[in-house]
Amino acid sequence: MTTRPDQSAGLAVELTDLTRVYGSMRALDGLTLHLEPGELVALLGPSGCGKTTALRILAGLDHPTSGTVTVGGTDLTRVPANKRDMGMVFQAYSLFPHLTVIDNVAFGLKLRGEDRSTRTRKAAEKLELVGLSEHSTKYAAQLSGGQQQRVALARALAIEPSVLLLDEPLSALDAKVRTQLRDEIRRVQLEVGTTTLFVTHDQEEALAVADQVGVMNKGRLEQLAPPAELYATPASTFVAEFVGLNNKVAATVSGRRAEVFGSRVPVIEGSVDDGPGMALVRPESLLLEAGGTGPNATVTSVNFLGPISRVYVDVDGAESVMAAVPSPIAVRLSPGERVTVGVEQTPLLVIASPGA
Amino acid sequence: MNPSRGFRVLRGVLLTLFAVYFVLPLLSMLDFSTRGRRGETGRNWDAWRALVENEDLRQAIISSLLLALFTVVLMVVLLVPTMIWVRLRVPRMSRVIEFLCLLPLTIPALVIVVGIAGVYAWVTYFFGSSPLTLTFAYTVLVLPYSYRAVDSALAAIDVTTLAEAARSLGAGWLIVITRIVFPNIVTGVLSAAFISVALVLGEFTFASLLHFDTMPVALTAISKSDAATAIAGALASIIVISALLLGLSFFGGNTRTRNENG
Repeated sequence: MTTRPDQSAGLAVELTDLTRVYGSMRALDGLTLHLEPGELVALLGPSGCGKTTALRILAGLDHPTSGTVTVGGTDLTRVPANKRDMGMVFQAYSLFPHLTVIDNVAFGLKLRGEDRSTRTRKAAEKLELVGLSEHSTKYAAQLSGGQQQRVALARALAIEPSVLLLDEPLSALDAKVRTQLRDEIRRVQLEVGTTTLFVTHDQEEALAVADQVGVMNKGRLEQLAPPAELYATPASTFVAEFVGLNNKVAATVSGRRAEVFGSRVPVIEGSVDDGPGMALVRPESLLLEAGGTGPNATVTSVNFLGPISRVYVDVDGAESVMAAVPSPIAVRLSPGERVTVGVEQTPLLVIASPGA
Repeated sequence: MNPSRGFRVLRGVLLTLFAVYFVLPLLSMLDFSTRGRRGETGRNWDAWRALVENEDLRQAIISSLLLALFTVVLMVVLLVPTMIWVRLRVPRMSRVIEFLCLLPLTIPALVIVVGIAGVYAWVTYFFGSSPLTLTFAYTVLVLPYSYRAVDSALAAIDVTTLAEAARSLGAGWLIVITRIVFPNIVTGVLSAAFISVALVLGEFTFASLLHFDTMPVALTAISKSDAATAIAGALASIIVISALLLGLSFFGGNTRTRNENG
């Protein structure tokens, strides 16, 4: 759960019917996206889905073939990047190598004609915000990757931008730093209240920090929803399969319920009408029991992942599935063991069977 | 681990051989240029004094130094912004630019001179007959070397991302080029400049065939009557150029250290 950000500093962003064609490739195909003031929206999708193109068009670093970009009610579609007042953090390290950390952060302020004492004060404030005050006289080459990206964040925020743009800022970092910095970006964003577009291919990242997650596919927005809603009720097969892991299990739908592994489970909007289909079942919705009502199955392997374990089972007369089981329970399961498989009563998406 | 004794001896012998190979001719030049005229005894610096006292030679040396300066200025002004611009805005043109810049290397100087002679009739018509008009030809001549130096400096930084970062912070293209990209390729531009100086100070074919009196041409002329002065001039230019190249490696090393250690 996230608290609503302070909306005073943010502006609404409106991307309307954006299309971007490169030669014969349509990178964006009618993308429409709305960001509430102060909101953090994550754009998520596989590479080539157009999410970075959308961000670059909002930044003014690329131009739409058609469609409009509006920020705070002003049409910016034809405004060059350097007149848009947007702070941006890039995937590649982008600190100016010939300037110290503090001069990097103050660069945008200098261009805005702020006097030396004002810009030093403001830059120092932003460095404090990202916790790097003691490194202000260093050069980029002396900082770690995570530190460089924090300075880049401070630099983007120093100009008090109308919109903050984050273009996969964490993908060059190692896993631990990535999680830390992800949470830090969210903390800072909530503190300054700037409307933010965060582009990433990492679903965990998107779900963890965003107010709304937009899943993109082939240049279009498939679904825009708060993380929990996106996870629980995916609007399409693509979203269901891209966000989170799924088991595909044969099911029969009748009366808005699906018969899966011997249980009747409610189906969500967008499922197939009555008849056979494939239910997309989250690993954590599968229940492995010693003597349940579901079909029998054999445990084939157990992967310990810390708090939970992945348990792979072969269901008799059906497909093999993967269940996410709390590790204290999973330790009692070993390959070869017989269990029954059940499904929790959480609504499922049921899609048409391939070839049906 | 310390190198073995045999290795150290071998290294010493090789170093000595190389030193002899390089330094002996220079020492001989110094010896010859200070020996004095036939029949005189003892050393004197007459030949060296002639470098500045001989009016023709002095003019030629000044011309060559000015030529080096102007060539460097014109090369930097033309090449550096063009290369940055091509990299940022029209990357598909980079092959064409590279080809054009390397062209002077593939055409023998003699051929260029024959071709350029006609053009120089016009250059002389517009700009007068000063040797400094060679600046135009020399700027073309130094392009291949300068291009390489600047290109590798540009390749060492992420120009696109730096430029985009600067633009998102409000910088126009002029500021991107002068305040962001240029400061990060200074070492490359300097090495382009020093290589150009070295080339210009040693260039003979163009100047001679286009009948301009530059230092190498004047030295060749004077060598027929006063070999000692010609040798003194040659040695002086070798020393100046070596000093420049040494300065370059010193300076290049310095910036790298600064980037690593602050």
